[in-house]
Amino acid sequence: MPDQRAGAAGAPRTITYAAALNEALREEMARDEDVVLLGQDIAVWGDGGGVFTVTRGLVEAYGAARVRDTPVSEEGLVGIAVGAAATGLRPVAELMYFDFVTLAMDPLVNQAAKLRYMFGGQTRVPLVLRSNVGASGGKAAQHSQSLESIIQHVPGLKLALPSTPADAKALLVAAIRDDNPVIFLEHKLLYFAKGEVDGPQAPLPFGRAAVVRPGRDLTVVASQVMMHRAVGVAERLAAEGIEVEVIDVRTLVPLDVETIVASVARTHRLLICHEAVARGGWAGEVAMHVVEEAFDELDGPIVRVCGANFPVPYAGSLEPMVIPGADQIEAGIRAALDGRVPDDALHRVAAGR
Amino acid sequence: MSRVAARAQRPAGLAPRRLAELLATMQRIRAFDSILPRLYSAALTRGSSHAAIGQEAVAVGACEALEPGDLITSTHRGHGHALAKGADMGRMMAELLGREAGFCRGKGGSMHIADFAAGMLGANGIVGGGFGLAGGAALTLQQRGAGDVVVCFFGDGAINQGAFHEVANMAAIWRLPLVLLCENNQFAMSAVISQMTAVEDLAVRASSYGFPGVSVDGMDVPAVHAAVAQARARAAAGDGPTLVVAATYRFEGHFSGDLMKYRDAEEAARWRARDPIAALARQLVADGVIAEADVEAGRAAAEREVEEALEFAKASPLPDPSQAYEDLHA
Repeated sequence: MPDQRAGAAGAPRTITYAAALNEALREEMARDEDVVLLGQDIAVWGDGGGVFTVTRGLVEAYGAARVRDTPVSEEGLVGIAVGAAATGLRPVAELMYFDFVTLAMDPLVNQAAKLRYMFGGQTRVPLVLRSNVGASGGKAAQHSQSLESIIQHVPGLKLALPSTPADAKALLVAAIRDDNPVIFLEHKLLYFAKGEVDGPQAPLPFGRAAVVRPGRDLTVVASQVMMHRAVGVAERLAAEGIEVEVIDVRTLVPLDVETIVASVARTHRLLICHEAVARGGWAGEVAMHVVEEAFDELDGPIVRVCGANFPVPYAGSLEPMVIPGADQIEAGIRAALDGRVPDDALHRVAAGR
Repeated sequence: MSRVAARAQRPAGLAPRRLAELLATMQRIRAFDSILPRLYSAALTRGSSHAAIGQEAVAVGACEALEPGDLITSTHRGHGHALAKGADMGRMMAELLGREAGFCRGKGGSMHIADFAAGMLGANGIVGGGFGLAGGAALTLQQRGAGDVVVCFFGDGAINQGAFHEVANMAAIWRLPLVLLCENNQFAMSAVISQMTAVEDLAVRASSYGFPGVSVDGMDVPAVHAAVAQARARAAAGDGPTLVVAATYRFEGHFSGDLMKYRDAEEAARWRARDPIAALARQLVADGVIAEADVEAGRAAAEREVEEALEFAKASPLPDPSQAYEDLHA
């Protein structure tokens, strides 16, 4: 089983996910003056620190040359971050919502992901692009998407989806020290969740999934809010004697296939759960790895419980219809244990062609 | 005196002997781009390569205004920029041929030639792809504080990309050491610039960002040099970007085989009569700096160098297939 601890230095304290991210930025900026921050409303919005408070206090600590509020220019700010990275800085750029990445796809897909390769190794692009994914209660179609699967499709980009304050800090430290472009996607509903975090942080290497809860009957592979929901369901089912193993992927690129396959070899059943829409989502990628490497271990169909293939609607009665809740995850687990796919409404539309 | 101030005061103007050397560089660029159809016909190159024949004065005049620590970003039509910035012709040719000795070890080809050691941050296959890279490089140089600058070469097609607006504005508010150098060669593939924008003088766009915009004759090496030298001095002094629009002409098609139905023959003839290499040669001969025979000798020497570069490239092996899986990540 891989090391599940995020890091091992400093005295642990209980802080929020947002505060943990802030500590990672603060520590890395102190450690390396080439770390600069670029983003919209990251310096002075509210009482400082951007919409989700992640950059609070950093402009006061490190100055306006290293913490730059940018105009509303996503392509420009990401493009400049890429160029800065290719020439020696370690920029951490922020998109206020990852929905806005559509405005910055050229610098990410055609530049950041390609420069080192197409120039034959002449440069490296130590860029971090931070943003957030996920529905968080009424932000509707353009501020709620989980677009990580689009990034996963582009060779050259690494991709992290931290689920806990400790992982958020340790993965962000690793991302900033990485010499490659990293897309670092936080989840809106997790910013103010608390957890134990170390002081000065050792980086958590990418490509190490965490077995968050061990179990013998079925493996759930998930991330972020879906992972936490799956753990809640697993605890409920334990009362019935059903033992569900929950794996947090932590990074999608690179993906820890070994941990997932090893788990399926023990449980023989697999459910993949993500908030991103089902069609073309990363569940398919995880499933294919398991089919290729552990087909004979499977005792039933791989089940996915994913976002419906719809935009995220606004109304409180509608949003839960497209985002998997605990009930759908439980239904999915029971179906998988029965050797069938679930037949609830979410699953039918999620699987809709 | 600080390094920045010293550079900002660097005098403009080019000595006649230096102009003769720049003529030789232009001849080298012309010879290099002139061989492209032959390479393609002989199946030595793959994909697309784009000649900048007629535009040599812009690359050479601009790079002459730069210091060794300065950086450039280039375009899909970038062979001239690379040569003017000092890239080795043999390694460029090897890259065109997709060989191991190429600057990108055969992974880039014509549209991605880069020589980071020479400060050439790469040709780019995306029209306008250089804006962010140049702006970001300028941010790095500003953080380093050594007074170096970036010249972003781009075309009249790219000036209509949104990235131009976003980066120009950000460079202005942060006073980045950036020179935005628009090579207006009149065409973006078949799109004639006069039909793609309602302003006649592209340089007026600079006024909306609060920095100077200057138009310059892109067929005139000293004129390009003077404009870029001034823009460079402004950038190095911390006063921010300048937009320089150099009017030039793409003598050939977008690539070889272009039928050029969009082109007016009379207009093309007028521009060809202003060939920047012929014009500079005439001037230098008239001024007694070089003899007529030197012009022809320069042309022949450039062609020989291209042939030697081709021999060097051909002698280099194709990359080992295993290299397809190298250099994705650092």
